[in-house]
Amino acid sequence: MKGPESPQYGRLLRPGNTNCGGCGMSVAFQMFRRSIGETNVQLVIPACCAAVAAGGFPFSAYEAPVLLSTFASAASTASGMSQVARLNCEDTRVVCWAGDGGTYDIGLASLSGAAERNEDILFVCYDNEIYGNTGGQRSSATPAGAGASNITKGKIEPKKDIIGIMAAHGIPYAATVSLANPDDARRKFERSINGKGFRFLLILAPCPTGWKSDPSMTIELVRLAVRSGLFPVIEVENGNRWTINIDPDFSRADLERYLSLQRRFRKSEINPDDMGKAIDLQWGKLRTLAS
Amino acid sequence: MTKPMDQISWQEIEAGAVITEPGNASCYHTGTWRSQRPNYDSSVCIRCWRCFVMCPDAAISPDFQKNIFVWNYDYCKGCGICAYECPVKAITMEED
Ligand code: SF4
Ligand code: SF4
Ligand code: SF4
Repeated sequence: MKGPESPQYGRLLRPGNTNCGGCGMSVAFQMFRRSIGETNVQLVIPACCAAVAAGGFPFSAYEAPVLLSTFASAASTASGMSQVARLNCEDTRVVCWAGDGGTYDIGLASLSGAAERNEDILFVCYDNEIYGNTGGQRSSATPAGAGASNITKGKIEPKKDIIGIMAAHGIPYAATVSLANPDDARRKFERSINGKGFRFLLILAPCPTGWKSDPSMTIELVRLAVRSGLFPVIEVENGNRWTINIDPDFSRADLERYLSLQRRFRKSEINPDDMGKAIDLQWGKLRTLAS
Repeated sequence: MTKPMDQISWQEIEAGAVITEPGNASCYHTGTWRSQRPNYDSSVCIRCWRCFVMCPDAAISPDFQKNIFVWNYDYCKGCGICAYECPVKAITMEED
């Protein structure tokens, strides 16, 4: 079979979806579905690009059961679904697939509640660092220096440390995923889909539309963010065992290339030196936690 | 297989707005968005599978019989990731 029905397309995010070309979230979806194989999943998608990706009614780009929730309620909706699956003795895995708005900002209260109750769900945050489908406004995941549609100059406040927040809940598993390192990504997807209790994954998902980058640079941007130390690839077990999976080389050239490939940093008043200092500070903290 | 949007009449919509055919968005060919087209040269390709793994739209699939990769231009959005990521430049982008 060669058509869209062939197994090559899987059941999550089938072709015909309306994600922009070169969308990092699409790449994340492809890697995720190939990693989980035939596992039965139910998706909960709060308002975000992944909800829009399904296309307009009467079409849907998902072949798995999907519940679209409000920004604020993804984790609580998923809690209910996983409890029902447990009562019915189904082997379904419930997965939240949320953007950074539904994770860092509006969804944080219900996310924290579900993590505290250690609900049996996998919460995946694909982080494009803005409100992508509403026009590219800033979120608390937008890094310092980046512009957005509702701030004229670059953002001043640094990005929220969501992994730190999730680790502080003492959940069984929290990890960050780099799309430029598919082996590491696959291992984390496999581990988290099969795990028990609340699991959290953070994926850096470049957004050509919002980051004003070339669509072909999507994976390269992740690679540069990982190499320069901007995006640490780590995992945390039970909130206390921190592991650094990929050691960056903290190359200044990579950081500068990362910034120059995106037009959202053009108006920034933050220079790479300050960014370098922030990276050093963050890694100092991480190394202490991981030692 | 689902009909394209312009051939569906309102009488055919299910009660409760239920979508009875999962994944039916495939009738929408996103390949029409493309302005650049990836061209593949199998004589240069080293079969590393990198393009396959990194294509956002799963438009690249292996043909095991012929030992080559094939592109589905109905869905390829022309983003150029495959061409950029290919380590041996077996894929080149050209105006479509
Ligand atoms: S706006 Fe960004 S995150 Fe949303 S579909 Fe487009 S590229 Fe992907
Ligand atoms: S151009 Fe983009 S969508 Fe088309 S095959 Fe290459 S990676 Fe896939
Ligand atoms: S990335 Fe290039 S070399 Fe590797 S399989 Fe694709 S076309 Fe072949």
